[in-house]
Amino acid sequence: MPPIIDVRELTKSYRVHKKREGLMESVRGLFHREYTDVQAVRGINLEVEQGEFVAFLGPNGAGKTTTLKLLSGVINPTSGQATVMGFTPWERRNEYRRRFALVMGQKNQLWWDLPAQESYRLHQQIYGVPPDQFKATLNELTELLDVTRLLGQPVRELSLGERMKMELIAALLHSPDVLFLDEPTIGLDVIAQHNIQQFLRYYQEKRKITVLLTSHYMKDVAALCKRVVIVAGGLVQYDGSLAGIIDKFSGNKVVTLQFGVGDRPSDLSRLGTLLDTNWPKVRISIARAEIPRVLAEALRDYTIEDVSVEDPPLEDVIADLFHQVA
Amino acid sequence: MQLASDQSASKHGDFTSGIHLPNTLPRRLMTWWMVMRIALEERLAYRGDFALGTLMRFLPIITQIFLWGAVFSSLGDDSSTGKKLGGYNFPDMVAYFLLTMIARAFSSMPGLAGGIASQIRQGEIKRYLIQPVDLVGFLLLSRVAHKLAYYFVAAVPFAFVFFLCRGYFADGFPSAHLFIAFVGSLVMGFLLGFFLEATIGMIGFWFLEVSSLLFIFMLFSFFLSGHMFPLTLLPEGVLTIVNFLPFKYLAYFPAAIFLGKIPDDELPTELAIEAGWVAFFIIACRVMYSRGVKRYSGYGG
Repeated sequence: MPPIIDVRELTKSYRVHKKREGLMESVRGLFHREYTDVQAVRGINLEVEQGEFVAFLGPNGAGKTTTLKLLSGVINPTSGQATVMGFTPWERRNEYRRRFALVMGQKNQLWWDLPAQESYRLHQQIYGVPPDQFKATLNELTELLDVTRLLGQPVRELSLGERMKMELIAALLHSPDVLFLDEPTIGLDVIAQHNIQQFLRYYQEKRKITVLLTSHYMKDVAALCKRVVIVAGGLVQYDGSLAGIIDKFSGNKVVTLQFGVGDRPSDLSRLGTLLDTNWPKVRISIARAEIPRVLAEALRDYTIEDVSVEDPPLEDVIADLFHQVA
Repeated sequence: MQLASDQSASKHGDFTSGIHLPNTLPRRLMTWWMVMRIALEERLAYRGDFALGTLMRFLPIITQIFLWGAVFSSLGDDSSTGKKLGGYNFPDMVAYFLLTMIARAFSSMPGLAGGIASQIRQGEIKRYLIQPVDLVGFLLLSRVAHKLAYYFVAAVPFAFVFFLCRGYFADGFPSAHLFIAFVGSLVMGFLLGFFLEATIGMIGFWFLEVSSLLFIFMLFSFFLSGHMFPLTLLPEGVLTIVNFLPFKYLAYFPAAIFLGKIPDDELPTELAIEAGWVAFFIIACRVMYSRGVKRYSGYGG
């Protein structure tokens, strides 16, 4: 079976109007415009199998959203190819558009002044969902997300978390085979985030749909995705498991030493990079290969009451990685 | 118009999929009905605004009656005989304004062009690229729904105002064939107004902000549609040019038909030209939309 999403050497550059500061420059801009090309995506290759739940990570402006827009056919690429379920997204064929959905955490597609159920009925018609299937799906989704009582309330009166749930339902009513989620939990509190994560995991496992998710919350990613694709500078920098990121990009571990009361040695930097000192605890970053030797040394030279060796926090590793690429 | 279509994608059958109904005519009608219902409900969400907007439309007619009353009396007219301006005496003039009010209830499209441009600017247009929905068809149906709601609410006050002003219709009700032409010109006026403004809205794909452009259009439309005065008041040279423009079908033309001011032998030609303009703007709107989407998807998004 061919991959459900197949992206080859996809590039997208935008032409943006260069605006200089100041009134005179603005006036000049009326007659003579300067444009610069911004390369949002520089050559992405990606294969996703049916039923995968893939996370797109990357700093702001890395090209994640641009890639999702390309795959949902909102924009045309500058060069390269992509197929989703065998369709070229930017041909925008109805057969394709009926089989995927895009949810953007910062945009809403429900009618603002109407209860969500009215938007849902319209979706039913637009997507041609048979009435009994529509009813069953809607019941299932509203119960899973615990929003049945909110169906009749104008969307503008809902909280951000409630609205996001309603958006998700709208996107899933036509049972899409491929789902693109662009920061679905942005701005939500911890509980709402957790609810949406649980729902997404349950739904994806049950329906075996293919999901591409972008998020800045590592918790979303850790909870949902076995596979992580790191995009930065418009290129894929990493494609693999979440745990693999640490192995690949961090050669160090964090060693925490707890000293005896009153024992404050000042020559600890010879062991490794001091991260922070919070007597009696000290955290030191040490190259992985060096750990047995350094630990033996430390235990020999100081009075140490407790030791722990951990991987550095994933957020830190990824932040470092983003930093390097930028 | 195809709002939602369906063809089974057998060559892509490797992947699981929800069931979709085939796009039969009843289902398409059902979709249209749903779009209209939503548009209507949305319009009625703000009942006060809707009611006020509906009733306020009647205010200008009062000023018009006073204005033209003053104009004709300064010409030494005792308001029932004699003097004519551009072929209209005072009662004709009042009847004319009442009729243009009806014509504009069909052809005016408040917020259409600006709405399209703001949807482009704010990125809401994406919905129509992602979902299997056609923007122009969707807007047209919404507008039909809004208009129907308006007529429903405005029918009573309209009837009341016409009843009060019945004395100004000197020739009474027009003959059947004129009335049919009148209704036809109203319907085409609606389509012309819609596609003309939608075309202007599509300019938003290139300029993002169309409000100045729209203002200029409104200004021209105000004078050249006959909204301000019967076009026959214009100097001959100007009138010749205005006759070649589409504006007059938005207000002047239906009113003039009703009042019997269009000679019978010219009427079919005029209606045909109006139909031509409608066709022209349907095509223009479509072409602009598809080019605009290409540009949007090429540069922005």
